[in-house]
Amino acid sequence: MLEISNLVKRYGHDEAVLKGLDLTVEGNSVVAIVGASGAGKSTMLRCINRLVEPTSGSIKLNGNELVKLRGAALRRARRKIGMVFQGFNLIDRLTVMENVLAGRLGYVSLYQAISRRYPQADIERAFHLMERVGIAHYANKRADELSGGERQRVGVVRALMQEPEVLLADEPTASLDPRTSEQIMILLQSLASELELPVLINIHNVAQAKTYTERIVGLRHGKMIFDGAPADFNKEALDAIYGGIEAPDDEITEAPTRVGEGVSHDQA
Amino acid sequence: MVDHAGELADRVWQRYDRRERLIRYAVLLVTLMVVYWAVRDIDIFWPWVWDAPNQISSLGARMWPPDPSGLAAILNAMVETVHIATLATLLTIFVALPVSYIAAQNTTPNRFCLWLGRFILVSSRSVNTIIWALLFVAIFGPGVLAGILAIMFRSIGFIGKLMGEAIEEIDRRPVEAMEATGASKAKVIAYAIVPQVMPAFFAIVILRWDINIRESTVLGLVGAGGIGVILQGSIDTFAWPTVATILIAIVVLVLIGEAITSLLRGKVL
Repeated sequence: MLEISNLVKRYGHDEAVLKGLDLTVEGNSVVAIVGASGAGKSTMLRCINRLVEPTSGSIKLNGNELVKLRGAALRRARRKIGMVFQGFNLIDRLTVMENVLAGRLGYVSLYQAISRRYPQADIERAFHLMERVGIAHYANKRADELSGGERQRVGVVRALMQEPEVLLADEPTASLDPRTSEQIMILLQSLASELELPVLINIHNVAQAKTYTERIVGLRHGKMIFDGAPADFNKEALDAIYGGIEAPDDEITEAPTRVGEGVSHDQA
Repeated sequence: MVDHAGELADRVWQRYDRRERLIRYAVLLVTLMVVYWAVRDIDIFWPWVWDAPNQISSLGARMWPPDPSGLAAILNAMVETVHIATLATLLTIFVALPVSYIAAQNTTPNRFCLWLGRFILVSSRSVNTIIWALLFVAIFGPGVLAGILAIMFRSIGFIGKLMGEAIEEIDRRPVEAMEATGASKAKVIAYAIVPQVMPAFFAIVILRWDINIRESTVLGLVGAGGIGVILQGSIDTFAWPTVATILIAIVVLVLIGEAITSLLRGKVL
C-alpha cells in the first residue's frame, strides 16, 4: 500500500509544484495520473523513489516512511520501487540481458555487477519475464537495435526484475506509436494483476487512461482535483484538468532545475 | 512614381560605416606595427639567412649516404622510445580517469573537487613535455624514468580533459534509471556512465599514444631516454650520416605508429 500525505515540492524559491498532495493506492490497482504538462505528475512520481527530493510531507510504502531515508537505507527502499520511463532510459550500448539484469543492481555485489556474474536465480527470472513480454529472443542484442515498443518492454522487465512492491510509470507510452502504446498499456494492466502490484501511470492520453486503468487521479497546478473511477471521468472533469491550458508541451514535465545535475544529486 | 524612382537611384549602401572603417584601418595598422617591431627586435643575422641554401646543400651532402652501421643501436633506442610512450600512456590512464571524473560538471562530488580537478588538468597541459622532462631529469637523473614521467604528466591533462568532456556529454537518463533501481554510486558509474564513454575513451587513448610516440622521440635531447639521446650524441660529434639514419628511422616509426593507430581506431569504433 502506498500512502502519500500532504506532499509539497518546491524548486528553489519558485511557486510550489506540488501543493499538499494526498493519495492512497492499495493492493493491485492501476491508477492513472492525468494532468497538463507542468501539473506536477512527473514530480510526484519522482518524489516517491526520491529521484526528486520532496520539500515536505510523507510517503509510506507498506508502512515504511520513505521521505527521511538516506544513503544505504534509501537504496534499499528504491529496490522495492520499480520505475518505467518515457524515454525508456536504457543503456544503449549494453545488451538487452544486461539492461534487464541491471534491475538487480540493488541486490548484487559490485563485483557481481561489473563481472556480469549474476546469480542463476536472477538469470532465470530475467528469461522468464522476457518470455512473458515476448523479448527473450533479443537477450544478446544491443538495446539500441530494438524498436520503441520492444525497448519499453525491456524497461518494464528491468523494473520488474527489482521484485518491486509498487511500479511507477512516467509517461510510458508517450514516445510510442498509438498501437504500440496500447500494447504497453495492456501489458502494464495485466502485469499489475498477475504480480499483485499497485501501478501508478502518468499519462497524457485520457482515452487510454479510461480504458486500461481502474482509477483516475487528475492534477492541476500541483493539486488533486479529480479522484474517481474512469466511468465518472466526464467532460466536466476533463475541462477542470485541461481547460484554459495551452497545448501541452512535453518538455515542461521535466523538472527544469534538475538539468545538468550530477549523479550524486541525492545520494548521501 | 517618378519621384520615387529618383529616390531609389540616390540610395547608397555601405557594408561598414565611418566608425567601423576607422576601426578596421586601426587594427590593420597596429598589426603591421607589431610585425615590424617583432622582426626588428629579434635581431636576425641576415647574411646567414641568405647563406641558408648553401648550408642546406652542404649539410645534405655531408648526410648522404646515411650510415647504417649504428642501425642495431638505433633500432634498440627506437624500441625504447615506443616503450616510453606505451608505459606512459598506460600509467596516465590510472591517474587521468579519476581526475576526469571529478573535473566533469555532472559527476564531480563537490565544488572543491571540481576546481581541484580542473587545476590538475590545466597545470598538466600548460607545461610542455620537454619542460616536464627537464624537471624530472633534474629530480631522477637522466634516463627512461624521467622520460616516462614527463610524457605521463603532459598526457594527464590531455586525456583527463577530453574524458571529462565525454563524461559531461553523456545521456543522463540511464543514470536516473540506475539510481531508481537502488544501485550504489559505483554501480551507477559502471552501468550508466562507463558504457557511454567507452568509445570516446578508446579513441582518446589511441590518439594520445600516437602523440606520445612522437613526443618521446625528442625527450632524449634533454637526456630523458629514447632515440633522442643517440640523435643528440650524433649531432654533437658531427656524425651527419648517422643523424640522417636516425631521422629516417623516426619518420618510419611515426608512419608505423600512424598506421597502427588508424587500424586500431577502425577496429574499436
